[in-house]
Amino acid sequence: MPSLRASILPLPSATVAAHGDGTCLVRIAALQKTYKTKDGNVIEALKDINLDVRASEFIGIVGPSGCGKTTLLKILAGILDRSAGEVVMAGESLDGPSRELGVVFQAPVLLPWRTVLQNVMVPVEVQKRDRAVFEKRARHLLAMAGLSGFEGKYPSELSGGMQQRVGICRALVHDPSFLLMDEPFGALDAMTRETMNGELQRIWSESRKTILLVTHSIAEAVYLADRVVVMTPRPGRIVDVVTVDLPRPRTLAMQNTPEFGRFVAAIRRHFHSEGSLDT
Amino acid sequence: MSGNAGAPTALTRWTGNLLLQAAVFCIFISGWEGAVRFFGIPKIVLPPPSQIAVAMWESVRSGDLQWHLAVTMYEIMAGFVIGAVGGLVLGFIIALSPLMERIFYPYVIAFQTIPKVAIAPIIVIWFGYGVASKIVITATIAFFPLLANTIMGLRAAPYDQVEMMVSYTATRWQVFRMVRLLQALPYIFVGLDVAIVLSVIGAIVGEFVGAKAGLGYLILQKNFNFDMAGTFAILIILSVIGVGLHAVIVVAQRRIVFWMDTTGDRVTGA
Repeated sequence: MPSLRASILPLPSATVAAHGDGTCLVRIAALQKTYKTKDGNVIEALKDINLDVRASEFIGIVGPSGCGKTTLLKILAGILDRSAGEVVMAGESLDGPSRELGVVFQAPVLLPWRTVLQNVMVPVEVQKRDRAVFEKRARHLLAMAGLSGFEGKYPSELSGGMQQRVGICRALVHDPSFLLMDEPFGALDAMTRETMNGELQRIWSESRKTILLVTHSIAEAVYLADRVVVMTPRPGRIVDVVTVDLPRPRTLAMQNTPEFGRFVAAIRRHFHSEGSLDT
Repeated sequence: MSGNAGAPTALTRWTGNLLLQAAVFCIFISGWEGAVRFFGIPKIVLPPPSQIAVAMWESVRSGDLQWHLAVTMYEIMAGFVIGAVGGLVLGFIIALSPLMERIFYPYVIAFQTIPKVAIAPIIVIWFGYGVASKIVITATIAFFPLLANTIMGLRAAPYDQVEMMVSYTATRWQVFRMVRLLQALPYIFVGLDVAIVLSVIGAIVGEFVGAKAGLGYLILQKNFNFDMAGTFAILIILSVIGVGLHAVIVVAQRRIVFWMDTTGDRVTGA
């Protein structure tokens, strides 16, 4: 079927010139990602994604499983190719992983033969940065994450929550301007998760990094983000971008206010209307 | 360390196990000795442990055993090292190059399907009755476990670890050096362990086919003379060699692949 084949071929990418506007860090335009299954079906993992991320902005991405939020994050991390569309990062078309990026994964993904400190130093070693300078920074980050005294331990000696904190330190060690986080707290218990959310907000407000956080939890997204991107599956696309103008710093108590509840309801509404409730 | 709290109990359990094993060993040996004497079993069928011990002592005193042991150990170690290094090198080449895999792997598999015992006579004709032919036979046997495990190990790195490295701009070489190589180590040690035990068999098979010295040669000699006690003594030496070499590999593995924590075996390994 020639007509069907034609539609899977990547469209000629419409080059989006970086705006003169210096505050726009990432511009995603008409981004598409399609997979072909073994039986020849085409799955649209991402369809027509358009999003501008401003520098120092905290973006939350919510959506049910299969809505393509992890796919979007992997494309931005440069570890997955896009099928069509344009991603411009800091004025340049995205072409593979960037040194200015820190990625936190769903699982800690620590290397078991490396100590905590050696794990945090992985990006520094890979990018051949000054070890002496960044080891100081690594120790400082570990102390901030409450892991002082654990520098020489191996991952197997740490709890799941501590391992995830090591993973976050690793993403921050080379001082990237852009942080991508893929459900980083998904595997943690509710109490640890709240503490980590507070920590993340503090890190963000102190360093003013640009953060893109993928999460299952609508409340977590509203609590942390300036804007919440709402995605729905089949095909994965953005259905709404909710601007959360709650004052900063946000507190846990704020989660019980009617304002907070209104934002949560505005986001949840999309999943009810789409018939998918698995968030 | 999490193991500290459990260590004293593990140690007492270990000593307890040792006592139990010693007791079982004593009962077994005295039962054997008693049965042979009581039923009057001829010593060319089954020699009593006391005669095996005497035979072993006599071989040691005459210096016979030491000489043949040295020859066999040399064959085992030389064959093992050559075969293992060959398997490792070809394993790396095949794992890293799909082209090399297509060229070499079919031949490797075809070669592996041939029983090495069946080609031992040919190798003895090619390389003579001396140690060279035994080293070649041992090397061909030690080769494959290393090859297969090296290939498997170098492909065993979890995808999320590779993805993590790539996201931090790691090159292919950095991913190989910092992840794949280390993930392959546990597999390589499994290969070494299998290969070292097979190497003992390889050397003995080689000596059976045709040799002028070695423990396999000595077994054949004693067998011809109906010296069953002497044969049994050598069998015991061979099993001690096998267990000893296996233990060396296991200790090295625990030291080097320390993050693969095999709890329980820790105390016996130290």
